[in-house]
Amino acid sequence: MLIYLIRRLIFVLPIALAVGVVCFSLVHIAPGDPLVSILPPDAPQTLVEQMRKSYGFDQPMPVQFGIWLGKVVTGDLGTSIATSRPVAGEIGKAVGNTLLLAMVATLIGFFFGCLFGFVAGYFRDSVIDRIAVTVSILGVSVPHYWLGMVLVICFSVLLPWLPATGAGPGSSADWRWDWEHMRHLILPAITMSVIPMGIITRTVRALVGDILSQEFVDALRAKGLTDGGIFRHVVKNAAPTALAVMGLQLGYLLGGSILIETVFSWPGTGFLLNSAIFQRDLPLLQGTILVLAMFFVAVNLVVDVVQTALDPRIKRG
Amino acid sequence: MSNVSAADVATQAAALAGNTQGYWSGVIRKLARDKVAMTCLGIILLLIAAAILAPWLGLADPYRGAIARRLRGICWLDGTLDCAAVSTPWGPHIYWLGGDEQGRDMLARLIHGGRLSLFIGLLPVLNAFVIGSLLGIVAGYRGGTVNTMIMRTIDVFYAFPSVLLAIAISGALGAGILNSIVSLTIVFIPPIARVAESVTTQVRSLDFVDAARASGAGAFTIIRVHVLNNVLGPIFVFATSLISVSMILASGLSFLGLGTKPPEPEWGLMLNTLRTAIYQQPLVAALPGAMIFMVSICFNLLSDGLRSAMDVRT
Repeated sequence: MLIYLIRRLIFVLPIALAVGVVCFSLVHIAPGDPLVSILPPDAPQTLVEQMRKSYGFDQPMPVQFGIWLGKVVTGDLGTSIATSRPVAGEIGKAVGNTLLLAMVATLIGFFFGCLFGFVAGYFRDSVIDRIAVTVSILGVSVPHYWLGMVLVICFSVLLPWLPATGAGPGSSADWRWDWEHMRHLILPAITMSVIPMGIITRTVRALVGDILSQEFVDALRAKGLTDGGIFRHVVKNAAPTALAVMGLQLGYLLGGSILIETVFSWPGTGFLLNSAIFQRDLPLLQGTILVLAMFFVAVNLVVDVVQTALDPRIKRG
Repeated sequence: MSNVSAADVATQAAALAGNTQGYWSGVIRKLARDKVAMTCLGIILLLIAAAILAPWLGLADPYRGAIARRLRGICWLDGTLDCAAVSTPWGPHIYWLGGDEQGRDMLARLIHGGRLSLFIGLLPVLNAFVIGSLLGIVAGYRGGTVNTMIMRTIDVFYAFPSVLLAIAISGALGAGILNSIVSLTIVFIPPIARVAESVTTQVRSLDFVDAARASGAGAFTIIRVHVLNNVLGPIFVFATSLISVSMILASGLSFLGLGTKPPEPEWGLMLNTLRTAIYQQPLVAALPGAMIFMVSICFNLLSDGLRSAMDVRT
């Protein structure tokens, strides 16, 4: 297992490097000179040259990448153009909120997805099955930013029960598990949980159907095992795949939360991305994308390792 | 992104490979019996027709506003059932689906909005279908170093969640319809190329390809005659399953201000500009999103129907 783990970790390095290359090139695919946004249009030529040198833009591309990579590895993600503060600090404050939202949403989606999936898989072609299938199709088809608006309309506007925006009193960094804060989490988390719920329902339903049609289930039944006992076997067989899908969904939500964070003004990384886009703050955009993509790579790694550890059928090659 | 695994599609291709002419008519017959899929196809065709014909449907001008009539409710839903025409700068007008934040007619904007929304949602998948199939088929057919080079490059894009990749590229390129189409095309090329590669690899190892090669056919002829016929179907089905995601993402980019620019009518952008109106006119504000939802469901169900109609096993 240890050798597998080490090999898997080494395997991640080229991927992480490639992610770095893509994030680095983001600034360079942007139209126009990267200096335009910080210099006035009538800046003298000597100043432009001086700035170009101080930012390292006069170096050849691979050298620029090397310098950038060296800084990133030590945690220096550059300086935000709009706020003149270090990008790493800005992301550090926001990423916790995004993680919190994405994790709660994934857990809600996993719980209901498994519930619907199991029931639908057990009672194939019943009314419950049809409802579960419909719910999962609705879940993967709904534009979640619109669903967020609809939930705000229902539970904040028409029925004034829950707050429409924000993450509760105090600054964005001091989250506490009390009602004052948690009531802000309910709507965004439910909105976000719809996609993983739909996908996990589909996966678990197919898994349970497959497992129940296998011969070992008949053997267990012939042996006289109760339904509860068979259920345990089904859960054991379905768990590795279901957990893997849940992990991947967490990764997707971390990256995809920008739309929901915008709808609910949630102070996370999506909020940062949004302001980066509007102020053409490329260092902030680049840094945020890099951090989120690295989270995604890490989540994928953890999913792989956990799945291998849980499922004896996967070879630890 | 989608639940169709490459392996699923590959087995379909292997099954397809043994088929002859009657196959497509069989698929169409099966699809025609699928009521859900046909209803969805009908709705999609209707929306596309309405979008194309929008300027000739006698609708109000989607760009002209009447500030005095801003945020008008949906007349037959506001309890008074008062659907009389009100005066506007361009004469008496009935707001059947209410008015937006500038008093522009919502019905006209929703139907005109279909033009851009469907365009920026469908085009990336079409582009990615062409480019991704090409890359995947070449990689699958040539194998070896070419395969490794193409597929490893594609793996890099898998290291990003799709929404994040779309926003990263759009955000760097700046707002604009063309940029959002480019970024979504890049997002959808990797999954399509992966499916194309795995299907082609399977077909390539089948006997009739060997037979063609043995009888002296060149690589281009084999790909055109034998491979293409057998792989395009499964890749197409997979591509249709991406349309719904593409619609949601394309409108999502506009929602963030990265796609269409005002005052163009586009569902995502309309949803964004009406976001502040949820306290005054919640129903009107939610309408553009309902359009996206409807189109997205229909494409998903149609794609499901197409997949089961093309699946030889059932």
